[in-house]
Amino acid sequence: MKLPACCRTLTAKCLLLGCCAALFISEAVYADSGIVSPAPQRVAELRHLLREDCGACHGLTLNGGLGSPLTAAALAGKPGDSLVATLLDGRPGSAMPPWRPFMSEAEAQWLIRQLQQGMTP
Amino acid sequence: MNARTRLAAMAAGAVVLLAACATPALRGSGDLGVVIERAAGSVQVVSNSSNTMLARIGGLGDLSHASLVYSRDARYVYVFGRDGGISKVDILAGKLVARVLQAGNSIGGAISSDGRIVAAQNYSPGGVKLFDADTLALLADIPALDDNGQPSKVVGLADLPGNRFAFSLFEAGEIWVLDAAQPRAPQVTKYRNVGRNPYDGLASSDGRYYIAGLYGDDGLALLDNWQPQAGVRRILPGYGQGRDKQPVYKMPHLRGWSLAGDYAFLPAIGHHEVLVADRRSWQEAARVPVYGQPVFVMAEPSGRRVWVNFAFPHNDTVQVIDVPTMQVIQTLKPGRAILHMEFTARGDAVWLSSRDDDKLVVIDTATFQTRRELPAANPSGIFFSWRAGRMGM
Repeated sequence: MKLPACCRTLTAKCLLLGCCAALFISEAVYADSGIVSPAPQRVAELRHLLREDCGACHGLTLNGGLGSPLTAAALAGKPGDSLVATLLDGRPGSAMPPWRPFMSEAEAQWLIRQLQQGMTP
Repeated sequence: MNARTRLAAMAAGAVVLLAACATPALRGSGDLGVVIERAAGSVQVVSNSSNTMLARIGGLGDLSHASLVYSRDARYVYVFGRDGGISKVDILAGKLVARVLQAGNSIGGAISSDGRIVAAQNYSPGGVKLFDADTLALLADIPALDDNGQPSKVVGLADLPGNRFAFSLFEAGEIWVLDAAQPRAPQVTKYRNVGRNPYDGLASSDGRYYIAGLYGDDGLALLDNWQPQAGVRRILPGYGQGRDKQPVYKMPHLRGWSLAGDYAFLPAIGHHEVLVADRRSWQEAARVPVYGQPVFVMAEPSGRRVWVNFAFPHNDTVQVIDVPTMQVIQTLKPGRAILHMEFTARGDAVWLSSRDDDKLVVIDTATFQTRRELPAANPSGIFFSWRAGRMGM
């Protein structure tokens, strides 16, 4: 369907605005760390993974189960890098599996930062 | 019809309606079941005969990893929530009748052979608590401490004949048998060094065997309750030897009808296999390669076929093993995140919960065709009332 010229301009403007909004969200950066938030669709997928699959061991509310709690209080004072490494590569000798096949390093950093800031799934 | 007669007719109709509410049609509970809606903190009461939902009961707390047991008359269920809540629900009236918060973090429970004691297994602060089945009053608290006083998470709680319960200690690697003949003063028999990190357990339907799966070791720990003096022995100890374990994204569950024909069917931890042991010798009889890490390995009531679901990322799939040939004969994709399966009492159908598609799927076990799909919010466990009369459930 061919739109009138004015509408085409408007559509283009909307598209441009939409792109800017998406860019703005995906480029949201924690001021002190350079950690980048994933795009909204991916954020939703990661939250689902956290809630349902991490939650299988750590509890739906992350208050712990066979796995330890993942609440902000439980993670306070623990170095982010080591938590990211545990998330990506698991912890040998424990039941914690590696999640590297299902997320990037940047996404793991974002997820750990979110948990340390008290995100609930 | 003038205004007065119309009013009279409406009043009469209202009386009929009220009467209907006051005396609902009589119903048995034998074809009913209860489905956990984990995110909503509610349960559905469903009917096997009509494949419909009859009631939804909410306000049951955190139902992630919830399970339940039936009262012996199959009228009530005791729902064990992750938040340590025990909710007693009347499934005929469709309402909550009692509720206690008894621990900080709980994963399940059992009911005694006389139906009078409900036992809860707890992660935090660990241990087992016994409750009066009528009132949910606390009868006894048994902490799960090892010889050094260290607490363990309790897993695999199962009822045994004679008002006894068996359970396993995750950190301590022990199996305990609790004799609750005197429920306010229960006696504990401990079996130490059964293997590293028992993650779940089951009792056979005759109550003779208690088996704990081990996360930290190959094989499983077996207690023969007919010969308790012989202690706990390791079965299937070599299934993973020489092979790297694969990651386990969800712990297997041993509970269910996994004893079929002359065999026990069990999930191999860290391997995409179902293990088959001879029920008499407990020697390995076969390994059946399957699609992923098995979670539930459940035999049809006839014992002729065994159904298997899988851990993430393979949890969109269900496979069926033919017992005589030990072959996978069917691979189904009934929905996203199939968490649980439950057979009708005589196995004409199996109900599956599809967590991520918010539905229940009823499959005809003879044809593998879907009979019906029903909406359910984030469903997990499905428990039918035939469990009321079975041990180890």
